Amino acid sequence: MQFLADVQFQSNWLEILSSPFMRTAFIAGVLVAVAAGLVGYFVIVRGSMFASHALAHIGFPGATGAALVGGSIFAGLVAFTVVGAVAIGLLGKRASDREIATGTVLAFATALGVLFASLASENTSTVTNILFGNLLAIPSDQLVIFAVFLGVLAIALLVIFRPLVFASIDPAVAEAKGVPVKGLGIAFMVLLALVVSMAVTVVGVLLIFALLVTPAAAALRFTARPGWVIFWSATIGVVSVAVGLVIAAMINLPPSFFIVAVAFLVWVVAAATRRERRVAVPAGGHTATIN
Amino acid sequence: MLDFDNVSAVRGGTTIWSEGTFHVPSGQMAGVIGPNGSGKTTLLMMILGLCRPGSGTITVMGQTPHRGDARIGYVPQNYASIAGDSIRARDMVLLGLTGTNYGLRRTTKAQHERVDQVLAEVGAADFAARRMSQLSGGQQQRVAIAQALVSNPKLLLLDEPLANLDVRNQQEIVALLSRINDERDIGILLVVHDLNPLLSVLDGAIYLLDGHAHYDSVNEVVSEELLTHLYGTAIRVVRTPQGDLFTRSA
Repeated sequence: MQFLADVQFQSNWLEILSSPFMRTAFIAGVLVAVAAGLVGYFVIVRGSMFASHALAHIGFPGATGAALVGGSIFAGLVAFTVVGAVAIGLLGKRASDREIATGTVLAFATALGVLFASLASENTSTVTNILFGNLLAIPSDQLVIFAVFLGVLAIALLVIFRPLVFASIDPAVAEAKGVPVKGLGIAFMVLLALVVSMAVTVVGVLLIFALLVTPAAAALRFTARPGWVIFWSATIGVVSVAVGLVIAAMINLPPSFFIVAVAFLVWVVAAATRRERRVAVPAGGHTATIN
Repeated sequence: MLDFDNVSAVRGGTTIWSEGTFHVPSGQMAGVIGPNGSGKTTLLMMILGLCRPGSGTITVMGQTPHRGDARIGYVPQNYASIAGDSIRARDMVLLGLTGTNYGLRRTTKAQHERVDQVLAEVGAADFAARRMSQLSGGQQQRVAIAQALVSNPKLLLLDEPLANLDVRNQQEIVALLSRINDERDIGILLVVHDLNPLLSVLDGAIYLLDGHAHYDSVNEVVSEELLTHLYGTAIRVVRTPQGDLFTRSA
């Protein structure tokens, strides 16, 4: 079994899975995947894909800067992404309309991150963890913070759900109807910043798309009902994290690749599957969905 | 329905039209015409309370315009370009009813019935379960009208509802709007580029001429002199022996 030896197959993977650090990783991954699933639909509908990518990059110097001054990397991430979120939100227009400005700022932010990283005496694995994520490096006391973030996010989204859907899909009419479109936009960006900060710890700055956008994009192939898209995004995210962790336990490699690969596979299968067919039932004007 | 008293419209710091003093009687189906950039959309924005007049006063059904006026339904321009792949037509209409509600309240049976009714009224029931992106331009326009109507407004504002539609769909939308105007007895104000598809159903038109806004009945508006002046190019008004009326470039 030369192949298994090459990929460092660990025959005691079940034992590894039941170890405390794996349990921490699993809980953290599930919390983050659910949080990402909650916002994924809105990220796609609002066209905030680029903005979410930008937020992760803006968080990078926050994280390495925190390492430089000896602070908490996660706190640095949160501080920078939230400030970045408010700035993008205040610009008002969708960040995708300002791709040049956003791109320029995020290139500078990334460069700043590299500078801080090289000034800091941290070893290179810290920087790698920030760029590509490492669930196994999450300390157990972080779980409480993740749970609180998820709670805040869930409650906030429950309260603003309908107006946010309205403002995201149909801003002109929502505005006329009295929905505070701009305020909701800023609020959403701040919530997104919290999720991005969490997700960076799992898949890193560079792979943020995999948790934030890919599951929702896959879910949208099956349904366009906002509540169900959110449910399936969270489910796909959780499955990706869980399966990714199990594989990472089997072969001693960082889980990020496997998590992203599972999410990617789900998306590929979803994209290849024919869009659901809908047939109108004439009587009563009700409609049925046929898969 | 609408009273304008010496109103001026300002956009980006410049006055685009002024001295708008006119009265639009209630229940009218009225067009808003004028060349590109003359301030037609700004006029709608002022009625919706989304921007304030530079001077003068506007009264909409007895009240000063205010954002979130439940008595007004609004169909914006380029409706088709919105994020259509991520929402079903039916949910789009439902947003017109529940989209302003905070908190997680269940949609009531009465609200669902209301949506079904209005979808049937505009002839959109058959494709209500499809995504917006899967609909044709005419179908999307019907859904947009259903969304605006679902809250039972007294005034319907539409910005270029006939843009990007083929002739048949234009006629169908015009017929639909005319029927809504009659059956619901509500006022309809629509921004249009081409008067022709609407000449048979319009009661009057607000026209933006030489930096001023006026309102007149359709018979007064459809004059060669006025339209030629308005669009800055020679326009002829043709009446056929069958009684049809249309305008064309001379």
